[in-house]
Amino acid sequence: MKARRNLMWPTLLPSASAGDDFRPTATLEMLRFRAELLRRTRDFFDRRGFLEVETPVLSADTVVDRHLDPFEVEVGRSPLDTGKGGQATHAGRPYYLQTSPEFAMKRLLAAGAEAIYQIARAFRRDELGPLHNPEFTMVEWYRAGDDYDAGMTLLGELAETLFGRGPAERISYREAFEQFVGLDPHTARTDQIVAAVRDRRIDAPESLSPADRDSWLDLLLIDLVQPQLGRTRPVILYDYPAMQSALARVRDDGPRGKVSERFELYVDGIELANGYHELTDAEELVRRNVQTNLQRQLDGKRPLPSESRLLAAMNAGLPQSTGVAMGFDRVVMLAAGAKTLAEVMPFPFDRA
Amino acid sequence: MASYSTSDFRKGLKVQIEGDPYLMIECNFVKPGKGQALYKCKLRNLIRGTVLDRTYKSGDALEAADIEEVAVQYLYRQGDQFIFMNNESYEQYELTVAQVDDAWKYLKEGMGCSMILFNENPLSLTPPNHVVLKVEYCEPGAKGNTASNVTKPVKVETGAEILCPSFVEIGEMIRVDTRTGEYIERVKE
Repeated sequence: MKARRNLMWPTLLPSASAGDDFRPTATLEMLRFRAELLRRTRDFFDRRGFLEVETPVLSADTVVDRHLDPFEVEVGRSPLDTGKGGQATHAGRPYYLQTSPEFAMKRLLAAGAEAIYQIARAFRRDELGPLHNPEFTMVEWYRAGDDYDAGMTLLGELAETLFGRGPAERISYREAFEQFVGLDPHTARTDQIVAAVRDRRIDAPESLSPADRDSWLDLLLIDLVQPQLGRTRPVILYDYPAMQSALARVRDDGPRGKVSERFELYVDGIELANGYHELTDAEELVRRNVQTNLQRQLDGKRPLPSESRLLAAMNAGLPQSTGVAMGFDRVVMLAAGAKTLAEVMPFPFDRA
Repeated sequence: MASYSTSDFRKGLKVQIEGDPYLMIECNFVKPGKGQALYKCKLRNLIRGTVLDRTYKSGDALEAADIEEVAVQYLYRQGDQFIFMNNESYEQYELTVAQVDDAWKYLKEGMGCSMILFNENPLSLTPPNHVVLKVEYCEPGAKGNTASNVTKPVKVETGAEILCPSFVEIGEMIRVDTRTGEYIERVKE
């Protein structure tokens, strides 16, 4: 199903004059299509016995990721209130707008929820472009008991439901790099990866350290691999490099290297969803958070809290599960054949 | 010197790279979900016209190019140099034939032009869109032929040749579009 995109707002004349930015950038028909996809998404999970949940958007905990920057929010006395001087934090802690509902949903799993989904707003600083809006809609789900394969199967079924382009194909990160780049991303030396970028004449930031293996892999991924993924059927790319695990389990494949049990969905070369066979080991999470914060500081960024209520939940016992986060705005964009997020959101950031 | 960080990057930004001024003509924000944010930019060199592909990561910065547009007056020509004066500061600028480019065809003493300065040095010159020039020489046109689709080259007071309808005569004034180099109409003094 495709949305036709020629429908004008009934009470507004099309115009592009100055002072006109109160108008929505999406057509009314597109918003109807968006609502229809929301219904289809809810229906998909409801039929499978998932419970729709809502968790705080504003939280003292935040995901610790090298390349994710949350908005920090001042809670308590307004700094604009000049009476006694602003108090920027609540109980001495900063609060964050969520970059995803991950932590809170895993706390629900640890408390006994079995299959849950959420359609929530997520916020990420400094992410603005045709495919990025600092505030966006995320669909996120978890099912206790699901292993790696079950998680990918469920994601593939959802992709089929939303796009109607057949069941998702799977290709491993290694296979994709061997096919489209010509190297093994897990066993190649970092200088070989850098050389592959240079050979292909892909421009790299001058400031990029030659030791920053993951960023060099990303340069290859962006230019050579991603454009090949999901051109006909949706594609699930899986088994990411171990260093890019985030909150996924790491699997040791012996001489073939370590990989993370992490997967992503691609349609038309665009990344739509990210899933993990979830890490359940609290000590490992602490180690990763400390490592990530060290890296953040090397990058000139502030560290994020290493401690969180998620740790307590993991200590209490997080069941084996697989979880996925999906960017809903991009789903609407691709399903409608649109080119930018602005076409599918009424008020993108520059009109927010 | 002012600089722009990646979050300021956008189309139309004027920046300086290795001493040359560039115009950002494209800037694409690219970020794999768990990866480094990248800005894939296309930049046009404002002196040479060449286009550069450059990728920046968040946190990088580019020096702002000190570029301003000023109103100038054309004073006179001295050999290969064209001399202009800034209408506000009265500062004088000497431009070479190459810098003036096609604009020499339209320059009359005292004419107001617009000049782009980079680090306070002339970068390019734009004459007014329409100028009136005196016809110095041309072959006589066919008597009574007022059709404008028959053209002939006409030498004007600046030494340039302009293609005009065949009815244009020596001593007449013509209006020319400097953007296209085309004749527009005859002008009565």
